[in-house]
Amino acid sequence: MITTSNLTKKYSGNQVLKIDSLDIPKGQSFGLVGNNGAGKTTYFSLLLDLIQPTTGFIKNNGVQVDKSEDWKPFTSAFIDESFLIGYLTPEEYFYFIGELRGQNKADVDSLVAKFEDFFHGEIIGQKKYLRDLSKGNQKKAGIVAALIGNPEVIILDEPFANLDPTTQIRLKSIVKELAQKQGVTVLISSHDLMHVTDVCERIVVLDKGEVVKDLETSAATLKELEAHFAN
Amino acid sequence: MIKRFLMLEWKSFFRSASFGKSLGIKIFMGFLSLYFIAMFLGMGVLLFPGLKKMYPEQDPLIIVNSLLFYWILFDLVFRFFFQKLPVMSVKPLLTLPLKRSKVVNYVLGKSAFSFFNFLPLFAIVPFGITLIYHDYPLVNVLIWMLALVVVVLIINFLNFIIESFSSEKELSFLPIIVIAGGFYALNHFNIISFNKIIGNAFDTLYNQPLLITAPIMLLVLCYLFNFKILRQKLFLDSGLKTKIKEVNASNLEWTKNFGDIAPFMQLDLKLIWRNKRTKSSVWMLAIGLLYGLFFYPQPTYQNLPWFFVFIGVFSTGIFLINFGQFIPAWDSGYYKLLMSQNIKYEQYLKSKFTLMAVSVLILFVLGIPYVFFGWKILLAHFAAAIYNVGVNTHVILYGGSFNRKKIDLSQKAAFNYQGTGAVQWLIGIPLLLLPMGLFAACYFLVGFEIACLVLMILGIIGIVLHQKLMKFITQKYLDSKYKMIDAFNQNN
Repeated sequence: MITTSNLTKKYSGNQVLKIDSLDIPKGQSFGLVGNNGAGKTTYFSLLLDLIQPTTGFIKNNGVQVDKSEDWKPFTSAFIDESFLIGYLTPEEYFYFIGELRGQNKADVDSLVAKFEDFFHGEIIGQKKYLRDLSKGNQKKAGIVAALIGNPEVIILDEPFANLDPTTQIRLKSIVKELAQKQGVTVLISSHDLMHVTDVCERIVVLDKGEVVKDLETSAATLKELEAHFAN
Repeated sequence: MIKRFLMLEWKSFFRSASFGKSLGIKIFMGFLSLYFIAMFLGMGVLLFPGLKKMYPEQDPLIIVNSLLFYWILFDLVFRFFFQKLPVMSVKPLLTLPLKRSKVVNYVLGKSAFSFFNFLPLFAIVPFGITLIYHDYPLVNVLIWMLALVVVVLIINFLNFIIESFSSEKELSFLPIIVIAGGFYALNHFNIISFNKIIGNAFDTLYNQPLLITAPIMLLVLCYLFNFKILRQKLFLDSGLKTKIKEVNASNLEWTKNFGDIAPFMQLDLKLIWRNKRTKSSVWMLAIGLLYGLFFYPQPTYQNLPWFFVFIGVFSTGIFLINFGQFIPAWDSGYYKLLMSQNIKYEQYLKSKFTLMAVSVLILFVLGIPYVFFGWKILLAHFAAAIYNVGVNTHVILYGGSFNRKKIDLSQKAAFNYQGTGAVQWLIGIPLLLLPMGLFAACYFLVGFEIACLVLMILGIIGIVLHQKLMKFITQKYLDSKYKMIDAFNQNN
């Protein structure tokens, strides 16, 4: 689904990302871990064509992302709060995203209804603007908005941060279901090794912009990751 | 301690991300302040001889005293709109071992050093020196000057009190306008003549220097009151946490008539209505619409037909200028979202275009009563409206592709230069001066009707070429996509 070739990103001579080759097959739940500055967000930003690669390219379902915009209809993402429109209510935000992705209000409503327990009654029907919600609730709204319109690729940057434990557990089951039952390719970055090993079939460790580990998740993965980051 | 505070501010000023970028604005503001200083200085120097010449039998000092009321009133209104209490990020200081009163005293003390307080000195000091030169008693003049300085400071602190009471409310500027207007009217129609009262007060003060204690007492009271208000606000939950208002959402179904740009139209309308900064630009519409009333009733301007078109462009295009100059910075907060969503850039821009074009038409229709001042005015406004729709909308959208400044939507508008760069100043030239110059040239060479026709034809050409122009503009936006994302991502 997503192929990365000879990708590098430099900021004024400083190399922040260098991935020679990385293939993510369709329907895989893919985890990206690494310390601060390892290049996780840079990689996601390149994938969404928010920044330009210095060399190389990423192909999303055969579409080179910095050449054509045809990857947009089947790709969605929630990177940070700047993906939210603060002066809309969550409902309006969902409808707006839905409209951009060719979904009518009824479609959006039925999708959002599925996440009622995820929202915990704090998002829908609150008559509040997104900017007035707490950080955690903003994140929930952003994550659900990224699921609107049956995307085939979903990119979530640090989805577990700022969420309460109940929601973290619910989010994990949502992500698992997306990948296993619906064949959606889910890309997640996280600092929480436990969550990431729970959710992802495959985990890639970035260090100073380079891939240093590429693991199929197994019972031993968590130990291995912990050992890696302990050094 | 004060030294440390000053250090903090020095660093925040020079290390802010926008420091280098906003240099242009600073230079502009510098020139503006120099201009005002020169004006006041000139006034201070020329006031005495001027008044002596015009009213040889009256004492200039007494005339000046009788005019003080107008100055106080004007200064108060002016400051309300343009002077803000110096902001200091207090949040990190609250948990440190610092007395709250110290922070408050510092903030208030700093406000005393505002440019607004120094400006009157440039008039007061030369005027006082002339008085002394003309053999007025030294002590009395000095005390009189001191009294004026105290009044300046009273106005300074009074302004913050007024602001702190009205800032929370919608239309916060209405009370001050109504009260100031009321005072002015009471005075103007001789119901209570404040200018005499205040004039007499200063005359007495000049003769009885000991009375200076009265204004000083007033100043101390104002300061203490400010201190009380500010100290109360120095808690996280009152000053820093904003009130959450309940939303009343309307579904704006009628925008569906605009076809595929409907989602963006809805978004833009909500953007305008739900954010402080954009909302205040809606109130600017009223000012723009009534702008002509400043000029047309005066016979001088009646004979300057080439000036009509300036008013026309301005009053039909006020929304276009106000809203258009910050495209796409209005959406800077969530620009990354828009760029990664499945949207057509052209629709996004077309929504802005439609909004601006419709606003021009509405403002033109609302301005039709200007025909009262002559049909030529209406014709000039009509030509200006067409020019606005056909040319200025495209120019301002094109200018937007050079926009690299983020806007924080929750800030107030008046004198808020956030998001303003050199582009915003430069774009004023083709927007306002070009049509005016063109019109004036045609008017003097050929005639009024032809000049109107030229503007209309230009506008129509723009409308005809709309599709092509939009393609070109869209390409410009696409070309600068990465730069914009990067710029909007930076906080200043």
